[in-house]
Amino acid sequence: MAARVSLFVTCIVDQLFPKVGMAVVDVLERLGYQVHFPEQQTCCGQPAFNSGYREEARQVARHFLKVFSDADYIVVPSGSCTSMITHHFSDIFKKEPESLEQARAIESRVFEFSRFLLGVAKVEDVGARLEQVVTYHDSCHALRELGVKDGPRRLLGHVRGLELREMDAAEECCGFGGTFSVKFPEVSGGMARTKIDSIVRTGVSTVVSVDSSCLMQLQGALSRAGLPVRTMHLAEVLASR
Amino acid sequence: MSTLFDEKIHDTLADPKLQLAIYKATGRLIEERRKAIEPDICPDYQELRTQANAVKRHTIEHLDYYLEEFARNVEAHGGKVIFCRDAEEVSDFVLSLAKERRAELIVKSKSMTTEEIDLNERLEHHHLESVETDLGEYIIQLAHERPYHIVAPALHKTREQVADLLTGKLGVPRETVIEKQTMIARAVLREKFLAADIGISGANFLVADSGAVVLVENEGNARLTTSAPKIHIAVAGIEKLIPRAQDLAVFLKLLGRSATGQWLTVYTSFLSGPRRKDEIDGPEEFYVVLLDNGRTKVLADREKRQSLYCIRCGACLNHCPVYRKIGGHSFPWVYSGPIGAILTPQFLGVRHEPGLPFASSLCGACAEVCPVKIDIPQILLDLRSEVKKAETREGTNRLERLAFRVWAWVMRHPRIYEVAGMAAAALAPSGDGGWVRSVPVSAGPLRAWLSQRDLPSVAPKSFRQMWRER
Amino acid sequence: MSRETVLHKVRTALGRSVGQPIEEPPPVRLRIPEIDIEVRIASFRTRIEALAGKTHAARSVEDALEYTTGIIAGRIAVASNAPILRECGITALPGVRTGVTDRDELRALCAAAAVGITGADYALADTGTLVLLSSRREARMISLLPPVYIAVVKRECLLTGLDELLAVLPRPAEQTSSMVLITGPSRTADIEQILVRGVHGPGEIHVVVV
Repeated sequence: MAARVSLFVTCIVDQLFPKVGMAVVDVLERLGYQVHFPEQQTCCGQPAFNSGYREEARQVARHFLKVFSDADYIVVPSGSCTSMITHHFSDIFKKEPESLEQARAIESRVFEFSRFLLGVAKVEDVGARLEQVVTYHDSCHALRELGVKDGPRRLLGHVRGLELREMDAAEECCGFGGTFSVKFPEVSGGMARTKIDSIVRTGVSTVVSVDSSCLMQLQGALSRAGLPVRTMHLAEVLASR
Repeated sequence: MSTLFDEKIHDTLADPKLQLAIYKATGRLIEERRKAIEPDICPDYQELRTQANAVKRHTIEHLDYYLEEFARNVEAHGGKVIFCRDAEEVSDFVLSLAKERRAELIVKSKSMTTEEIDLNERLEHHHLESVETDLGEYIIQLAHERPYHIVAPALHKTREQVADLLTGKLGVPRETVIEKQTMIARAVLREKFLAADIGISGANFLVADSGAVVLVENEGNARLTTSAPKIHIAVAGIEKLIPRAQDLAVFLKLLGRSATGQWLTVYTSFLSGPRRKDEIDGPEEFYVVLLDNGRTKVLADREKRQSLYCIRCGACLNHCPVYRKIGGHSFPWVYSGPIGAILTPQFLGVRHEPGLPFASSLCGACAEVCPVKIDIPQILLDLRSEVKKAETREGTNRLERLAFRVWAWVMRHPRIYEVAGMAAAALAPSGDGGWVRSVPVSAGPLRAWLSQRDLPSVAPKSFRQMWRER
Repeated sequence: MSRETVLHKVRTALGRSVGQPIEEPPPVRLRIPEIDIEVRIASFRTRIEALAGKTHAARSVEDALEYTTGIIAGRIAVASNAPILRECGITALPGVRTGVTDRDELRALCAAAAVGITGADYALADTGTLVLLSSRREARMISLLPPVYIAVVKRECLLTGLDELLAVLPRPAEQTSSMVLITGPSRTADIEQILVRGVHGPGEIHVVVV
């Protein structure tokens, strides 16, 4: 009997980059998992939390806990949403013992996509093929809160036909930062441009990351600059045949 | 609505020469630090950080005890300790001492704490000459500016600007060669050192078990400031304490490497009290001024008191992608960069510059490099929440609050969320390959986003729609 | 002054009472490797030279004297009262002033001298550092004012590093009002990050290991 995983697709993927979600499903099903998509899901609450609106974040987080309380494994195609759940739900529910308990219980069952593949499914080679020269952008939350650094690179290393080139400052922030991108647009834009300079210097055709919010920021800047570099989520690369 | 903070940021971003200067200077410091903590050079780097955090935590949690031990030991070695509640008490003390001793000339070594309390301005107001002797500080004193960076105060100045200052303020012939500019300053300051009545320093560390002030530097001006004049006054925040001289093995190793990549700075001075009876030179009088100025307020907050662990290395500034764009002078107070972003609201109140805790993408680079492991992003998140609570109390920023309330309501009602998504997909322009360059009517966040980059169009079918159709 | 006010605020902030005892601090962390003296000397010299200092391993006191004489090159020099300098015959050199114990006289001398010469109480091998404790033998100004600085260090004083120094000398304040660690020539990069040596302290240093 196939193991069951629940997919928390994240609101940004759901509404703006649904193909990323389909790619995650594709990869998981090929590995023999049965993917369950709880339809009541919406958001993890991060936008409100990062903007200082704790009460609103709490309301949305409670909804998340309700929707996913029964799941054994929750796979998330985003580092920042994962760390919101695993690192910050306990901040939000500090004064609510029951929700806090639920949040603590769920922490160990929530996995950013690449960590699920390596840590739970224990696979590095998912049988993907993509003839591209790519570079990898280390999304900040994934890197610094979840310790995701070598994992995606190992997974990319097994993709047939793929060449991975490192950019300088792979670990530098893309400048998205949620509402930061619109509260301090010039700084955010400046950070994106510094990042895409680094990308362009590698001569690659594609930037890969585990966070769609980073990819949205980078693609938006690349597009505005009229550059032909495209962005792909790690899941889309791994779903390529 | 543009604040002074926003304007200063804009001006800095619009200056390509300044952008380059900031980027190069911080880039060099990043690289030097990286070399100094490489695993084969400093294999126990992470262990040192853990120890430093633990020692600072212990000291801060028992600060009263260590303040008293420190004071006792200073006094046992013939020095005096002056506790000051605020800036005014510090300047009152210095002024009255200067008056009693008929002092006219003061030399100063680099001290962010004295910048914090505008000590020079206060002294000059009372007709005392107080000369900065660190080269970078001397330059910005001539320019009447604040330090640009905790460790490199004149980071933003070009040699041409320095030449203008030296000629303008000292009347010397114009000189643009940096080495010669340095020698000009050296000659001027040497005279000051030898004529000064009082030397004022800061303190990198205060050592409780020794009653000692520790100063690190590369130029030699701190040694001269604290050895040439007959009176030495060290001004330090109460949080600078460490329990034992032996703890310096950990802290000195971390400070140099984190700040400039140096294993040790050129000079490290461990000073306790005036000169002893059989010593040939050194000051006759030794005072340590211990400053509160709001530190006890920070101390009272259990989660945020870790802000006081800071050893002022500047690593967080160097690694912060926001600081590297907006520079030190965009910040509203004397402390800039990530540490400035968490200290300013705690010292001056969140209303002083409510945008400050939001001027961060929360990337976490600062926390990663902080030698004493201050969790800066966590504190920024707490401060953001405090800003919003203050706004709720005052009834300001209503539109944003309403927007998030509506957003939260939508997110709790999956069917409404879905309908909202479908409406957005129907209304959104499809753009070129799914990316939109501009929209006919845009305001607020939409306009802000589009000012810098293209916007992804809402996908015609959401994931959940595609999922159902499988 | 405001001692009681400030201490009271600190206690209130921490929820502590007057005279309340403290928990044990984290144990002191000192790591002292076992390193052979010749390796220590080599490391010491390498580090100093990497910082643009010069070093000389003297085979004898005569050799130390010869090297030092060469550096002084007939210029005005001030020497401290460190015994090692007398043992090497440095204090007897013409043009070398020593034995000064008056503060003002010494300062004027140092301000005029081209070369300052001291011994060292300890040295640290891993960072190329000299350790000087202020005393009747060593005045602060000699290693600070003259633009050229010579330090004569006895091999036996060479410790592995700062950790060992603090193990050997856990309470420097009991011995002196000033312990200074000197690592290389004075320097700054405050203008456009360009390195300049000899800003306030000596820009040229020589370390003779005897």
